[in-house]
Parts: sequence; C-alpha cells; structure tokens
Amino acid sequence: MITKVSRRTLLKNTAGSALLAAVGMPAIVRAQADSIRIGHLTPLTGFLGPLGEYALMGVKLAAEEINAGGGVMGRKIDLVMEDSVNPQTASAKAERLIERDKVAMIIGEISSASGLAIGQVANRMKTVFINTGCNSDALRGTSCNPYMFHIEGANSMYVMAVGQYLLRENMVKGKKWYSLTADYAFGHDLLRVAKKFMETNGGQFAADELVPTDATDFSPYLLKIRQSQPDLVVSNLAGNQITNFIKQYSEYGLKFPVAGFGFDTVVAWGAGKGNFLGIWPLVWHHLVDTPSSKKYVDAFQKKYGKLPDNQSWGDYNSLKIVAQSMNEIKSADPQKLAEHLRKGAKFDVMKAREAYFRPYDNQMAMEMYAVRAKDPSKMKDQWDIYDALGTVPGPNEDLETIAPPKDGTCKIG
Amino acid sequence: MQYVFVLEQVLNGLLVGAYYLLIALGLSLIFALGGIVNLAHGGFYAIGAYLAVILTDRVGFFGALVASPVLVGCLGIVIERFLFRRFYRSDPILSLLLTFGLAMVIEQGLRIVFGATPLPFSIPAELRGQVLVGDFIYPRYRLFIFGVALAAVTATWFIVYRTTFGRVVRAGVQNPDIVGALGISLAPYMTAIAALGVGLAGLAGVLLAPIAGVHPAMGAEILTAAFVVVVIGGLGSFWGVIAAATLVGVVRGITIYFNPSWGEASMYLLMALVLLVRPRGLFGERIEKFE
Repeated sequence: MITKVSRRTLLKNTAGSALLAAVGMPAIVRAQADSIRIGHLTPLTGFLGPLGEYALMGVKLAAEEINAGGGVMGRKIDLVMEDSVNPQTASAKAERLIERDKVAMIIGEISSASGLAIGQVANRMKTVFINTGCNSDALRGTSCNPYMFHIEGANSMYVMAVGQYLLRENMVKGKKWYSLTADYAFGHDLLRVAKKFMETNGGQFAADELVPTDATDFSPYLLKIRQSQPDLVVSNLAGNQITNFIKQYSEYGLKFPVAGFGFDTVVAWGAGKGNFLGIWPLVWHHLVDTPSSKKYVDAFQKKYGKLPDNQSWGDYNSLKIVAQSMNEIKSADPQKLAEHLRKGAKFDVMKAREAYFRPYDNQMAMEMYAVRAKDPSKMKDQWDIYDALGTVPGPNEDLETIAPPKDGTCKIG
Repeated sequence: MQYVFVLEQVLNGLLVGAYYLLIALGLSLIFALGGIVNLAHGGFYAIGAYLAVILTDRVGFFGALVASPVLVGCLGIVIERFLFRRFYRSDPILSLLLTFGLAMVIEQGLRIVFGATPLPFSIPAELRGQVLVGDFIYPRYRLFIFGVALAAVTATWFIVYRTTFGRVVRAGVQNPDIVGALGISLAPYMTAIAALGVGLAGLAGVLLAPIAGVHPAMGAEILTAAFVVVVIGGLGSFWGVIAAATLVGVVRGITIYFNPSWGEASMYLLMALVLLVRPRGLFGERIEKFE
C-alpha cells in the first residue's frame, strides 16, 4: 500500500523533528572522537539563575582559551552543559553526564543542597566534581568525600573575610547584631558559623531571624530592625533576596551599618543606583590587582561586553585547573586527577598567592576579599559600586587560617 | 512586647496591602468575566517592570508609569483576541494549560532578551526619602504606591459599577447567554476587561520595579501571593480582593513581628482558615457558570 504524504504533513513532521532535535538534546557541542568531554552542571533558572548565567560565561571562555592554545594533551575540550534545577534533577543529570555522555569530570553548581546531591553521585561513580558555588561548611565536613573539590570558599572563609574588618572597625565586641538569614541549607549553615564568630569575639544578637526564600517584601523586617536599634545589620541572605533587601533598606533610609557574610556581585549590580551599601565578602572581584586577574577581566569584557563577577571566576578557573592538571599528569583518568589535586598541586587562581586543595577536606586554600560599597556620588558607572577593602589572610599568615576548622567531621584525609 | 510596634506593623500592613491589591485585582477581573485563571498574570507584571526600566531612560519614570501599563494592556488585547477568546467555553484545564505555557514563554523570552541577571533600577529622586509620623516611618515611595493603587482601584470600581459598560460586564459575569439573547455581543467587553486586567498587572510591575529585583522570574515570585489574595477574597469579587489584600498585608506583618520564619506561610494559613469557614472566600458570590 502506498501512503500519500501530503506536503503539509511532510513539512509538519520535518519541522517537528527539527524542533525535537533542538530541544530534546542537551547542549552538546558535537564531539570529535578524540575530544575530552567536561560536564558543566549549574542552576540556570530559579533564584540562583542570574549566577548560573555568569558561571556559563566563565566556563565557556575557559574552554575557548584552552582549545585555542592546543587543548588538553592535544585533544579539544568539549563542554556538555546542563541546567541543574534542583537537588533531584541535579543528581539525575550528574548520573547521565557520567554514564551516557562519558564526561571526564563535572564542574559547577551553586546551591548547597544540589551540590551535596552531585557530590554523592561523583563519589559513587568515582568521578571528580569541582564545586564552584556552594558555600555550606557541611559539604567540607560531615558530607565531604574524596571526589568532591571546592574552589568556592566555605562559609567559614566568607565569615572570616568580612569578620577581620568588622573586628578592625570595632563592630563585634560588646555590639548588638541584627541578622537576617535565608531560610534553607546555605543560610542555616552560614548563621551557625557567623554566630560562632560573633560569640567568640564578644558580640551578641539583638535578634536573628529566618527569612523565607520567596519573600519579596522586606518592610516588616525593616520596621523590626528600626525598633531594635542594632549596632550592625547582618545579611546571611542569598541570591535575589539580597537585591530586594538592599533596595528596600535604602528605601526605608535606615542608617545602621550593614555587613553581609554571603554575597555575589551580580545581585548588587542588579540593585540600581544609590541602593548598595555595606561591607561584603567575595572569593574574587574584578578589582583584584594581579596580572592573571587583569588578563581575565580584559578577555571577559572583550567576549561579553561586561565585567566578570565572582561566580564566573570559579567556573573559569576550575576548567583551567583541570586542563592544566590533565596536561601535567598526561591522563584524563579521574582517579589520577583526584590524586593529583589532593597532592597539593599549586594553581594560579588570579590571586597574589597560589592556591591549592588541602587534602583534609579538598577545600581550596586561598585568599579571600572584602569590599565596601562606594558612596553613590563617586560611582563612575553602573558597574562601579564598591572599593576593595583588602585581602584575608594577610601576606604573612598561613592560607589555611581562614579555612573551616579541622574538627574531624571530614574523614577523607 | 510593645503594642505601639504591633500597631506600626498593622499600619505598614495596610500599605503592603496596596501592593497585593495591585497584583491581584487584574487577575480577579479576568477570572470573573471569562472564567480564565490567568497563570500568565505574573508574566505581564514582569513585562511591565522591564518596560519601566527601558522607558524610564527615554521618557522618565512618570512617563513610564503611564506608557508601560498602556503597552501591556495592548498586549492584553492581542492575547485576548487570539488566545483567551478560544477558551471561554471550554474545559478550564485547557485555559490553565494555555496560560501556564504563556507564563513560561514570557519568562524564557525575557531571559533570552535581557539575560537572567537583574536589571538595575531605583526609586526616582523625587520620591526618595521618608515621612515620619510621630515615631512611625513611611517611605515616600510606599505612600506613592498606596496613592496610585487607590486611584487605580477607584477607577476600576467606577468603570465596573458606575458605567453602562460595567453594567454589561456584570451581567456577563452572571449569565453570558441571557446577555447574548438580549442582542449584546460580549466579545468587545471581554477584550476591554482583559486589557484592563493585564494593564493593571503592568502597572504593578512599574510600581514595584524600584523596590524589588527586576529579573525574569519576578512574575512567578508574586503569582502565588496574587492567587491567595483572590481566593481569600472570593473568586471574582471586587470588594473581596480589596479586603483580602489588606488582610494579607496586615496578617503577614503581625506574623513577621512575632515569628518571622512563618511570614510567607501566614497567608496560606489564612487562606485555609477562610476557606474552612467560607468555601467561596470572604465575599464570594454564587456565580451560576462556575458551580
């Protein structure tokens, strides 16, 4: 029997399958047989989506530079990029990347909850995962494993980075803090670390309050802050929460000093003129004055027409570290890669001192930074919102002084 | 505990009520007349905010305050003519699917055009600053939002309850077939109401852009709250939405005063309570076609 296929049906089917091919497949840059595949898994939607967008820009730039420079052991890098969405999806996609797409290792994630899920898959399937955005100390403690590495700073490191400046400006001892904390895994972990720092140094809470991640109106909190007259307002908020908070804090014109223990430049850039204030910690920022940092800022601006942020730094450097390591050990074998990273190999991560993954918990020991909001009248443009406050630890101190305490909860060492 | 602080939260809650009212009123209007549960309402709110950012550079904030809702309203006309209109008489699940899809298209569209990062936007210089009443503090901008919301609600009330146009609309809500039998075509009324409802979402977007992050998912952020307000007030009830918005603002403020982590949950508890006592919501009327 001959079935007649009308032109219309044919067109429909072709268009349909073309559409299916476009949406059904993940973003695999079609691989040459001998390329090395790297999985990139990070949230591109939801309240961490803005950061994920910068993560992608960073990792793509790194891949481009590596491939232009001859690739890894003469082979090209192929990125397989996915949206991690939530812990369940992140876990499923990590498995698929390793089993089906045969990636050599995985880079990415921002949510501590999803990072934990990916870390567990990496451990089970003995594949290296470099975490570029999850801050929770628990990932470096009870939940640590030999295949999960952290280029992102731990909450402890962020608290120490800003804490040094709070101590110097006499904002801790005998002072009352009012803290607002994002009500999920990251926030709870950060609150615990911040509280320990405050109590060790003689401060106390006027109040510490949990804020649901879907809160968009902060006015009731701002009234309470005004009523309690604290010496310092502390933000342990996350993602878009910080944008909403600083916009409304300046709307209410409150004058209490503000400091934050978790921060991303992108959310402050997105707040708008005259809304940014306070002291904040960063794992890296575009004002860091080293040759490789300047080179990165230039390359990023040339490619994307905007400044790089702290998140893009993590994903860019992770891929660079992996490429450099594979070239050195002349292998893409995950076991060998993990061993190499854990052996204390040093890396230039655009900071004054070279950094290394410490074998106790696979946390990168490195310098951290604090920034202070600029006076709005002195800002040159929308990107010019803060001044570098300094680097922690100081030049003569051991890099690990700010790392999470080796309290024995991590058992991989 | 000092009662004066609670009082301050109550008064602030009334102001915040204006915020909930703006995002919920249009949703309620479109549902009442067409029976369409518009899940894309948050999307129009987001478009309103993005337009505010773009237009403020060219025509200033106050120009954008007028232009953006009008443009979003025009978009509403197009959407009503080509999409909503096909679903007034069909199974509600179809219009739910349609508007759910539309919401995703709008969010992803904004993400493709503007990126996922929030766009910087601030309160215009003229409206910065705070007003102190005794010891209570009110940002001038919140008072401004309150004023605009009040004007928008009054205008909507006037249109729906004091004009011939409104009389037909209200008749259409109760019984579209009889209205048809009387020789009145409801179609243009539907279009106008959709434009009005969607335009109100656009207005809310402009007003909130200076104090909330302008990012693609901002619509999804407010949508649930908008629904809660509509459901508490009673589906399709004009006064119900006003009462519910105020109530949600006040209850949330008081809850945050006593137990902040319950802040967002309080409105859902309130909804559950109201529905237990009054299944049609506070002022929900019995509407033939929805029974």
